[in-house]
Amino acid sequence: MSDTDSLLALEKQVQTAFESGTPLSISAGNSKSFLGTSSADTALNISGHRGVVSYHAEELVLTARAGTPLAELETLLAEKHQMLAFEPPHFGPGATLGGTIACGLSGPRAPYCGTARDFVLGTRILNGRGEYLRFGGEVMKNVAGYDVSRLMAGAFGTLGVLLEISLKVLPMPEQELTLAREASASEAIELMNSWAGQPIPLSATCHQDDRLTLRLSGPVAATSEAKRRLAGDQMEEISNDFWPKLREHTLAYFNTPKNLWRISLPSGTPPLALTGAWLTEWGGAQRWLRSDEDGARICQIVAKAGGHAQLFRAGSAATEAVGPPPLSEPMLAIHRRLKQAFDPAGILNPGRLFPQS
Amino acid sequence: MNLTAEKNCTWNPTAADRQHFLTELGQLLPADSVLSDPETLAPYECDGLSVYRRLPLAVVLPETVEQIQAIMRLCARLKVPVVARGAGTGLSGGALPLADGILLSLAKFTHILELNPLERWARVEPGVRNIAISEAVAAHGLYYAPDPSSQIACTIGGNVAENSGGVHCLKYGLTVHNILAIGIITAEGEHISIGGLAPNSPGYDLLALFTGSEGMLGIIIDVTVKLLPKPEYAQVLLAGFPSLGAAGTAVGRIIAQGIIPAGLEMMDQAATQAAEDFVHAGYPTDAVAILLCELDGVEAEVNAQTGTVREILESCGANHLQTAVDEAERMRLWAGRKAAFPAVGRISPDYYCMDGTIPRRHLAEVLERISRLSEKYSLPVVNVFHAGDGNLHPLILFDANREGELAQAEALGGEILEVCVEMGGTITGEHGVGIEKLNQMCVQFPEPELRQFHAVKNAFDANSILNPGKAVPTLHRCAEFGAMHIHRGKLPFPELERF
Repeated sequence: MSDTDSLLALEKQVQTAFESGTPLSISAGNSKSFLGTSSADTALNISGHRGVVSYHAEELVLTARAGTPLAELETLLAEKHQMLAFEPPHFGPGATLGGTIACGLSGPRAPYCGTARDFVLGTRILNGRGEYLRFGGEVMKNVAGYDVSRLMAGAFGTLGVLLEISLKVLPMPEQELTLAREASASEAIELMNSWAGQPIPLSATCHQDDRLTLRLSGPVAATSEAKRRLAGDQMEEISNDFWPKLREHTLAYFNTPKNLWRISLPSGTPPLALTGAWLTEWGGAQRWLRSDEDGARICQIVAKAGGHAQLFRAGSAATEAVGPPPLSEPMLAIHRRLKQAFDPAGILNPGRLFPQS
Repeated sequence: MNLTAEKNCTWNPTAADRQHFLTELGQLLPADSVLSDPETLAPYECDGLSVYRRLPLAVVLPETVEQIQAIMRLCARLKVPVVARGAGTGLSGGALPLADGILLSLAKFTHILELNPLERWARVEPGVRNIAISEAVAAHGLYYAPDPSSQIACTIGGNVAENSGGVHCLKYGLTVHNILAIGIITAEGEHISIGGLAPNSPGYDLLALFTGSEGMLGIIIDVTVKLLPKPEYAQVLLAGFPSLGAAGTAVGRIIAQGIIPAGLEMMDQAATQAAEDFVHAGYPTDAVAILLCELDGVEAEVNAQTGTVREILESCGANHLQTAVDEAERMRLWAGRKAAFPAVGRISPDYYCMDGTIPRRHLAEVLERISRLSEKYSLPVVNVFHAGDGNLHPLILFDANREGELAQAEALGGEILEVCVEMGGTITGEHGVGIEKLNQMCVQFPEPELRQFHAVKNAFDANSILNPGKAVPTLHRCAEFGAMHIHRGKLPFPELERF
């Protein structure tokens, strides 16, 4: 597909919606539309606003329009041996850069390299008045004005329509090595945490079904030294393909009619007493639970452990809605005021991240 | 600069109002925690940007979170402006007091509250010094990565407020990348928690928004920082180049090769000479530019990368190349860079430090234009550069005792920052806008963006009592500045009245 700039059309559409108070549902590839619902009926389709604006490999900076397919960007970066280090999940062939940043999802490398927001350098957006605004830029260090660009990451389009995003990219590691061994859940959590406190080039960890899998990334000298220290020769070396499958939820674990919960916890939290099948990644901080246990009970037990739970994919027996966990009352008040500051008419993806009113 | 231009206008007290306010303040805090006579206020009249000085109505030094809440409730009720201050090492006047406001010092909040070596985080009070965190966790083989040059004095609360960087931030990130959570007292005195130990915090990324917000959105009362394992081994290379362009090319090639150095610093000849004269680091003073490149990791990895970097530096025309033979030499090579600012302080009565960031590919052109501006103003400029991330620190040399030279230095600095914006960069990489770069904010941001910033501020601080007048200029200020400063023949802010 060729690059297209539909700024003017999008700008006009948002301005018209602002004037008439028509809520808009922002979409492009629809790969992450399962994550929360907006009450808006009118679609604002970004997929026509696409193309790489600039890519300076020597400066580690890529700028592209929001509708650019993620796969296209990854191919372009790979040509220069670079990558999006937060390893974003696609969740479908239509995934775009805009949706990736708006949903703020990150993959297995996140705890070791950073999450989506960590790599955002600048954005061009339309706020809820249809004003075309530019925040941040294409430089690594920039403290002029509030960091509105990073605020857009994970805001699900509720503060502004993402039009263009500048990202920091990183070199691909010279070598990646995936090792696996047996470990109980509690042993795995302990190991993941203690390894992360040592100078080891860890780039992903996963535990499921008494099996601990880890990835080492870096110069050959570093990965082989780390393998030696971890007694890696006593571990099984498996294909690096494990990680894209984990990232895309195509491992057999995820193929289930049960509810899929994303449980976020302080990384060292021991295994929780909740029935279901667990998959633990991000050094223990992000855990998946396949379970038909009562949602309120899950949320309560997770909250008690200092974390939060979100129904990520609804199974056949789901009684609650998929979507972000609720906010406390004072936080909700701040969120509504901030939303009002960007989108006074409340037309951008209303209700997608928190109840509108 | 006209300091009264940004005066807060929500509270216009009479002498009796002031007295009444001080009395109420005195009821909230022990007597020695409220300073109000000019002698005791004097140490607080400026921060690290000492050319701007002003006494506040009072300085308060609370010791508990409850006291901060009580102070904020009182100030919210009377609409008294509040300027928060950590160690006062900021370089943009962000902690400059307001005449009819209070200065809220967090100097008594110096405790490390919690440390979890296994999960690798520490929760600390805002007045804890940056380096004290790394010292406290060193026994666990951990450290806190951001290392601003003022790290022995600056505090973590201020680091969050400014999103501080340091020489290692190319590889390890800025403050925003290295914190997990903060506790905030809002403008109304409410306590809220932002972020957390668990990832994927629900809702907006307020942690990112607060980082670098220069005390405009809330008072930071605790910070949970991420801790990283200390690198096992570090090596530094020093290269001298016959031109700035060649040094710039080398930086690009190292990164394109897939190597992210832990530090990558450039100095021009004048800076190199000043540093060499001061600390005798062994720098080649005949080089037009020098590069310092630090690599860290496990020893085998560092040795392999050192070889690659040497080849790149040679192929880019380095005519002086040395690798530190031991830790003492590595420290000596860094000592010159770290002492660059004081070294410049020895060769000039005063210097004014700028903080622009540019896309690195424009380095040679920007330095050329800085050199022309330096001639135009007849003021020497010395350049120190965080080369890896494009953050430029031109130091303008002047003598404040000479009539008009400070104003000339400021005007030159302003023009340098405008060059940075024109090249697609920014007016501040790590020092913040504060009061210093308000005019340049008008150059970097058009009116709709500035209005959006004000709307964000308003969402947290409707009465504008938190550090009012800093960081984001009023539209009127930009209109007045713009009237002197017409860009490409277009009058900015055409719809605003002109005075």
